[in-house]
Amino acid sequence: MSPQFSDYALVVAAVLFALGLFGVLARRNVVYVLISVEVMLNAAGLAFISAGSKLGQPDGQVMFIFILTLAAAEASVGLALVIQFYRAYKTLDTDSARELKD
Amino acid sequence: MYAIVWLIPALPLAGFLLLVFLGRRMPRAVAAVVGVGSVGLAALATVLVGASFLSAPPAGGAIEERLFGWVSLPSLSFAFGFRVDALTLTMMAVITIVGFLIHLYSSEFMSRDGEFWLFFAYMNLFVSSMLVLVMADNLALLYLGWEGVGLCSYFLIGFWYREPEYCVAARKAFIVTRIGDVSMLLGLALLVSSFATLDIQELLRRAAAGWAPGSALPVVATLLLLGGAVGKSAQLPLQVWLPDAMAGPTPVSALIHAATMVTAGVYLIARLSALYALAPAVQSLVAIVGLATLLLAGLAAIAQVDLKRILAYSTISQIGYMFLGLGVGFYSAAMFHFMVHAFFKALLFLAAGVVIMAQGEEHNIFRMGGLRTALPAVFWTFLIGASSLAALPLVTAGFYSKEWILWGAWQAGRGGPLLWLLGGCLGVLLTSLYSFRAVFVTFFGDQKIRESHLPGARMKIPLVILAALSILGGFIQIPSDIAPVSLFESFIGGVFPKAPGAAEGGSTQILLQVVASALSLIGVLAAYVLYRRGVGAHERLADSDAYRGVRRFLFSGLGFDWVYKWAFVKTFDCAAKLLKGEVVGRAADAIGSANAAIGRALGALQSGRIRWYLVGIALGAVAAVGAAVWL
Amino acid sequence: MVTVLFFVAGALAIVSTALAVTRPNAVHALLYLIVAILSLSVLFYLLGAPFAAALEVIVYAGAIVVLLLFVVMMLNLSHQSVAEERTLLKPSIWIGPGILAAVLLGALIALLSNGAPAGGDSIEGPAAVGTALFRPYLVGVEIASFLLISGVVGAYHLGRRLKEPRP
Repeated sequence: MSPQFSDYALVVAAVLFALGLFGVLARRNVVYVLISVEVMLNAAGLAFISAGSKLGQPDGQVMFIFILTLAAAEASVGLALVIQFYRAYKTLDTDSARELKD
Repeated sequence: MYAIVWLIPALPLAGFLLLVFLGRRMPRAVAAVVGVGSVGLAALATVLVGASFLSAPPAGGAIEERLFGWVSLPSLSFAFGFRVDALTLTMMAVITIVGFLIHLYSSEFMSRDGEFWLFFAYMNLFVSSMLVLVMADNLALLYLGWEGVGLCSYFLIGFWYREPEYCVAARKAFIVTRIGDVSMLLGLALLVSSFATLDIQELLRRAAAGWAPGSALPVVATLLLLGGAVGKSAQLPLQVWLPDAMAGPTPVSALIHAATMVTAGVYLIARLSALYALAPAVQSLVAIVGLATLLLAGLAAIAQVDLKRILAYSTISQIGYMFLGLGVGFYSAAMFHFMVHAFFKALLFLAAGVVIMAQGEEHNIFRMGGLRTALPAVFWTFLIGASSLAALPLVTAGFYSKEWILWGAWQAGRGGPLLWLLGGCLGVLLTSLYSFRAVFVTFFGDQKIRESHLPGARMKIPLVILAALSILGGFIQIPSDIAPVSLFESFIGGVFPKAPGAAEGGSTQILLQVVASALSLIGVLAAYVLYRRGVGAHERLADSDAYRGVRRFLFSGLGFDWVYKWAFVKTFDCAAKLLKGEVVGRAADAIGSANAAIGRALGALQSGRIRWYLVGIALGAVAAVGAAVWL
Repeated sequence: MVTVLFFVAGALAIVSTALAVTRPNAVHALLYLIVAILSLSVLFYLLGAPFAAALEVIVYAGAIVVLLLFVVMMLNLSHQSVAEERTLLKPSIWIGPGILAAVLLGALIALLSNGAPAGGDSIEGPAAVGTALFRPYLVGVEIASFLLISGVVGAYHLGRRLKEPRP
């Protein structure tokens, strides 16, 4: 029973990752980009958990915890950046921030 | 006392380093003390070493000191080492003592210059390099000093670099001597490849054992080295840089372009005299080069109007005498003339510096005049220097040194002694003519410019000391028919191969001396008649076209610059124009434009849009996963 | 029953995530994201990771998403920018990323179906995870703590109000 679970869970993780990637690439609003990044991190966490479950080891969950930590740090810094971005450009459209080119 | 030998070049080097790193922040007085003091201490050390050298000669006639290894290869190794023998000691004494006097003079002469400290830094570096050149025990170190003095010469000719023409003069000097240096480097390479050593003494021993006299290799090697010597010592055909080098400050002309650096070529040939003994044809060529140079430069000097250029041509001419001495195998005579020449030529340049300064930077002697009463000290010392240069008989040092060389020329086996003598004697006549022309025009007649900037003690003392040396320096070596004094020969003679037919004395020698003395007096008289007596013959002559044409020709230094300009500079320009749009250039351009195109293409990726960068990352991820699946 | 629950949770996670990344209203999107996270935590539980499931709910749903929500509300995006978002989310913009994401999905599924390694499945309780965390992964934990500290400092630094607004 469980082995199929972990295999299917990997498929779900792949789907979620692809959705997150789509979101990152397709959305121009910074907040959505951040949401999509969270989705991708989640998908990665799911992949780790299912792998750990398949191999019967706690390492997958340990990795998930690390990913969680990463996501928390990323969210806090990312949101701070979003706020500064909004203050600077009065918009959240990433394409408006093109000063790096000049 | 031999332990302090290494200090002699190290002291000026230390002075250079101090001045170069801290000089900008030093008060002028401190910079002067450092600059003059370092050379003064080096002179003191040289005197101490020389004293113990004379009182207790070292074993083998030379002090050898190895400081540290430099290059160590299985096939070739040489060290940073010094070897001081009588020849080197003579050079060192002249470099440090005359150098010190000139530094002392400079401390007043340059006192109003903005980059006072930099001047002394260069001068100290020069003295250090020159000492390394003469003290080196191997040819690599000698070459280091050789290039070092060339570099300092470049810096100092172009010292007033805000004048574009001075920079041109500096570049000319550097490039022309570079031609000689390339030749010299090839010569050194030939010696290394032949004997696998750079140590001078070892090399000379191996050359004497391994090369047959007159065979091809020694001829080629000595010819290439002669090229270097000719470039550095401003002999034909590379003499064109020296007159232009007078763009530098006058003490520089005195130290580098009269007393020391330009005699490096003489030193090189003297040092490698054993090598030249293996190539008699080249040695004769040395004599011919010297003879031709001394005559042509003497002729050119007669037509110059710039006081410093007169002295520059005179230097070329006097070094021609030294080459003549070397060429006929009278090495001691050549070195004696080197020493005496350093005294009186440095004196003449320093005196000229005072004159030019007092006349408000006027160089043309025909716009001066009557300075005999305005600048008495300078007049008397300049007169002594000019007399020594003109070899006025019996009382001047120049007489004894020049007599010695002429006696050698008379005795030279090959090429006809009469020719040597005529050449040498004609040279004596020319020399006294141009030197007393300068004296009469500058110091006699009516004063045209009021004097200003009178010299102080620091400028007068070196003049007086050098004037004394220009007289007294000759009495250490007097021909045996006048008085049997031979201190210099007995000191330095052991270094060189025995001079051919050195037996002195006899009525021939007395006759020759009388003729030469008469010629030098005739030269003085001619100068008096032409340039002094009222508005003399000179002005009457000036009307004729032929005279003016000759004068223009002589004034231009016998057209060498013109020939070189058309033969080399213009040719090179034409070649450069022809090659400008050609294949080589296009290929080089293609590389550049291809790079620019790639840059533009890659630059388009830098859109500044974050999402594009993310697409790049995603593409990479797709590629990586794809590779994992399908490969 | 458990199988059904697994597939329902998986389908829910996919659908709600898809909605979360496409909704124009940011608050709606975040609510979908919470649904997705909850269904993921069910998946975790079913995969034998109860501790991870709890953490997912507490940290993700409880902290990170709420943080996002705060920011969205602070910037007052939910209503005024819906229309703007609709214009920004044109097919010409999302079609390319959609294809890319689909390709990646296909590749990942192909990779998984090609032969996932077999192995036993077990329930790894919090005790086992804790032991693993503080024994072999202790250094990792310490590094994670550095990361969090720098995250806190960075967020504080970046989030402060600049005296001079940028031109």
